[in-house]
Amino acid sequence: MRKNKKIDSFILAGGLIIVILMLLSLIGFFYTPYEPNKMDAASKFLAPSLKHFMGTDHFGRDIFSRVMKGLGTTATVGLSIVVISGTAGAILGLLTGYFGGIADEIIMRICDMINGFPSILLALVFISVLGSGITNVILALGIIYIPSFTRIVRSETIKYRNYDFVKSARLMGVGSIRIMFVHIFPNIFSTFLASVTVGINNAILAEAGMSYLGIGVNPPAASLGSMLSDAQAYLQSAPWYALGPGLTIILMILGFSLLSEGIRRSSC
Amino acid sequence: MSNVLEVRDLYVGYYNKKKLFEPAQYKEVLKDITFDIRENEIMGLVGQSGCGKTTLSKAILGVIPYKSGDIKHMTTRPQMIFQDPYSSLNPVKKIGWILEEPLKVIGGYTKAERKDKAIWMLEKVGLSGDYYNRLPKELSGGQRQRISIGQALMQNPGFIIADEPVSALDVTVQAQIMDLLLELKEEMKLSYLFISHDIDVIYQMCDRVMVLNNGEIVEMGEVTQVLDNPKDSYTKMLVSL
Repeated sequence: MRKNKKIDSFILAGGLIIVILMLLSLIGFFYTPYEPNKMDAASKFLAPSLKHFMGTDHFGRDIFSRVMKGLGTTATVGLSIVVISGTAGAILGLLTGYFGGIADEIIMRICDMINGFPSILLALVFISVLGSGITNVILALGIIYIPSFTRIVRSETIKYRNYDFVKSARLMGVGSIRIMFVHIFPNIFSTFLASVTVGINNAILAEAGMSYLGIGVNPPAASLGSMLSDAQAYLQSAPWYALGPGLTIILMILGFSLLSEGIRRSSC
Repeated sequence: MSNVLEVRDLYVGYYNKKKLFEPAQYKEVLKDITFDIRENEIMGLVGQSGCGKTTLSKAILGVIPYKSGDIKHMTTRPQMIFQDPYSSLNPVKKIGWILEEPLKVIGGYTKAERKDKAIWMLEKVGLSGDYYNRLPKELSGGQRQRISIGQALMQNPGFIIADEPVSALDVTVQAQIMDLLLELKEEMKLSYLFISHDIDVIYQMCDRVMVLNNGEIVEMGEVTQVLDNPKDSYTKMLVSL
């Protein structure tokens, strides 16, 4: 129960982290301290210093500049994946949960099938059919994450379908679509939003994994995941190479996790 | 006096499929139900749980199909008032929205007209216009039940099924809600089918009453006549409880 309008501390902390990171990546579109893809053989593997905030990599590129660029890519990919899967999952979940019946069975069994495979493996199958590239990664992961949202929205819809306010809406002559989206969905929204933020985390990690496997962004363009995979070879000699992008990923996920926990907490 | 509802020879049942490859078994819930509800009348419906009270109200509202017989409504859009005031209002919507939604379905009202009618209805059910911007969780059970009644009346239904509308409330609030229902009946020329298991409530509220046992009407007539002087053994048992 909300007693006053005070914002939850988790939402505040998570929001602050996300805003700072977003700002950083936004600035990265117009300005980076160094040219992110410019190689400089003279300044290979420089440790973090005032000149190079996160050090330099094996081509002498400034890691901080590349993180700024890569952050934008990773965030865009993560958000696009969740927008695709969240929208489709919400619609499918509402339809299957509200109407039930044969269509529900069929859609849920397809979801089971998708869930049956490890997501990275399934993404690899999609990529080998569609071809590599960032758009296809978004598409593949977007489809793979649909079942998790469908499941959450469906079970909540089933719960609310039997409430008297839904019955009385039906008696008043409110249409099924309006009942689903206007009467039921707002009740589910906070649960849905919490699962969306968790979904963003998973999407960011999956994108990092895909780039790590070399099927995400094409070099020399940077994403946090691809940088991390490059850094692996130099973990002993230049640990700061992994530290820059790695910490940024952790920070971003921490931000979204705090946000989702805060939303969940303040909604009940 | 004309009728608002005529039910003739109504049979309702459902198919119960227990095993996958066996044919479904038909189970009859209501048998040979015939009754009328007159204009501006409260018809009581008593019976133990499981006797088919809720099935009858669902069949009347057209939520479930019936096997044979005839249900004739003389009013449009009959409404229902539910037992549990905590699940009958949408928890995330403001009272104003809840009251205006029935008007949006009908259409033809401007935003200002809808708001005027919602506030008018709030006053009609004994609350003030201040409740317009409140959420259901800020209201007590009795206040919620008032809102439910108001929402049911927004479309000018003429006939309302009240399914145990006061059983979830405590005694003092019960009396208030019953008074409200009686007032509104006179003011808005309503008829109720009033379902209850509480003989005292039926006695105070209803003009006529029918007693349902095992899906059959065993006795029907004026409240005073049926409850003061029961003829059927089942009715005698109910009254003596």
